[in-house]
Amino acid sequence: MSTTTTTTTTTPAAAVLRTETRLFRREPGSLFWILVFPTGLLCILGAIPGFRLDKAGLGGFSVVDLFVPVSVLVSMTLAAVQAMPPVLLAYREAGVLRRLRTTPVQPATLLGAQALLHAGAVVLSSALVVSVGRLAFGTPLPGSWPGYALAYLLALAAVFSIGSLITALSPNTRIGSAVSTVVVFPLLFTAGVWLPVQAMPHLLRDIVDLTPLGGASEAMTEAMAGHFPAGSHLLVTALWVVVVGAVSVRTFRWE
Amino acid sequence: MHHVAGLPRLEGMAETAVDVKDLSKRYGDRVVVDDVGFVVEAGEIFGILGPNGAGKTTTVESIAGLRIGDAGSVRVHGIDPWTDRRSLTRVLGIQLQESRLQPKITVREALELWSALHPDPEPWPGLAERLGLEPHLDQRFVSLSGGQQQRLSIALALVGRPRVVILDELSTGLDPRARRDVWQLVRDVRDAGATVLLVTHAMEEAQELCDRIAIVDHGRITALDTPDGLIEAAGALTRTSFVPSAPTDLEALRAIRGVASVRRADDRVVVEGIEDAALAVLSALAGQQVVPHRLRVSGATLDTAYLDLTAHPDKEFA
Repeated sequence: MSTTTTTTTTTPAAAVLRTETRLFRREPGSLFWILVFPTGLLCILGAIPGFRLDKAGLGGFSVVDLFVPVSVLVSMTLAAVQAMPPVLLAYREAGVLRRLRTTPVQPATLLGAQALLHAGAVVLSSALVVSVGRLAFGTPLPGSWPGYALAYLLALAAVFSIGSLITALSPNTRIGSAVSTVVVFPLLFTAGVWLPVQAMPHLLRDIVDLTPLGGASEAMTEAMAGHFPAGSHLLVTALWVVVVGAVSVRTFRWE
Repeated sequence: MHHVAGLPRLEGMAETAVDVKDLSKRYGDRVVVDDVGFVVEAGEIFGILGPNGAGKTTTVESIAGLRIGDAGSVRVHGIDPWTDRRSLTRVLGIQLQESRLQPKITVREALELWSALHPDPEPWPGLAERLGLEPHLDQRFVSLSGGQQQRLSIALALVGRPRVVILDELSTGLDPRARRDVWQLVRDVRDAGATVLLVTHAMEEAQELCDRIAIVDHGRITALDTPDGLIEAAGALTRTSFVPSAPTDLEALRAIRGVASVRRADDRVVVEGIEDAALAVLSALAGQQVVPHRLRVSGATLDTAYLDLTAHPDKEFA
């Protein structure tokens, strides 16, 4: 004789996801940096007339064109490296994960819900960046959708494995936040926030191409131009995913 | 008269809820739990009492599958918590010491979430009412007081209708009124058929609630009995004290059979002895024509028994 008061029966995982969604919406800081800031960045650059001119030196793209994939990568980086690790570290520190181990649901469900929510916000933000760029500044849509999607997913996997590694290795939330901030800057630089990768001097560009987001930035720009991205760029990002992902899985602690 | 500690009281009748055998746990070279064993029958309120750092929490966390012992075994209704935690979570609920929730989750959301995690939850509004959480349902976890967080924690431990409930430092942060309410809730949970493991260092709580108590010190069980059995075994004394109306012959009181000591404390006379000595003292006073004003007779409590059983001889030489 079960006298359940709730009218809807949900699975434990769905209940965790629903609760975490509500909590995610109570984080205005994260929502701003992930959803609003990347499009805002694109709009500010787009307001500068010179940046809207196509240039032969940039592969026929204008600066604003190049900033479409860059803004997408900014959203990913801020979500996975800046916003998510402190949430997970706070959960571990407060014993939320430990406590979940005493219920029929796995603590991994909570981590999965958080990753899903942050990734979901990135996808929304990316759609916003691409749409606003297209409508306001006439930036091109991806010429090769499969290539763009592949580079996009690899970049997403790369930043989330970096975020997981920070979570795994940081002893507490304070140190984790500090590490996140330090790691975010080189990631944003290699994504091309200060200078698009295609506009970097040769030696610098060669080095940046070996970083996870440098490779991804090149691959996404190639896909935007209509080519399937070069295997080398995809491979660089994929290798980072495998290595960083494996280390973070091995070093992760629940308590 | 007393049943043997650790054996089922009613042979063949009671079901074993928790069976701990030769449990040991060390961190580095520090032994935290040292060869601990006990059996808890279904429907018992079993107390684990001891000073801080005695190994109480490590013991119950090993029962809950959160820690794996270095030696020994644990069974909870036949389930091995170290290898089959999934099955365990269906029969065991635990309120962990100092465990917090997501900072911005409201009391209502926490109760709803925890209900959804269990296959056959108890309707949470009833629990919220009994634990005085109703006025706080829409408050976020961080804004709750320590006592409110503790009450929510207890509700979450009970919402899955566990057959075995572990409550670790149950009444931390609760005011006396809330403590009484929580105690009554624990009794009701037991009356509904659950087994309760109560970790505490509060003597009054253990004496009030527990059917049996294991006293743990330095990772070992130093005594295991009913509260009355422990008090009796410790040979604790009844204390009679009063303000005499006239000068009193203390030597005559000392001579009474069963009186262990007589002393003055300010204007009071304090007599310690076996329970029946109190009556003899009163009649001796009557014979001396002394009226014992502000008379107080206090029976031995678990307090004194506990102090005897956790005495640290090494400290006396320090």
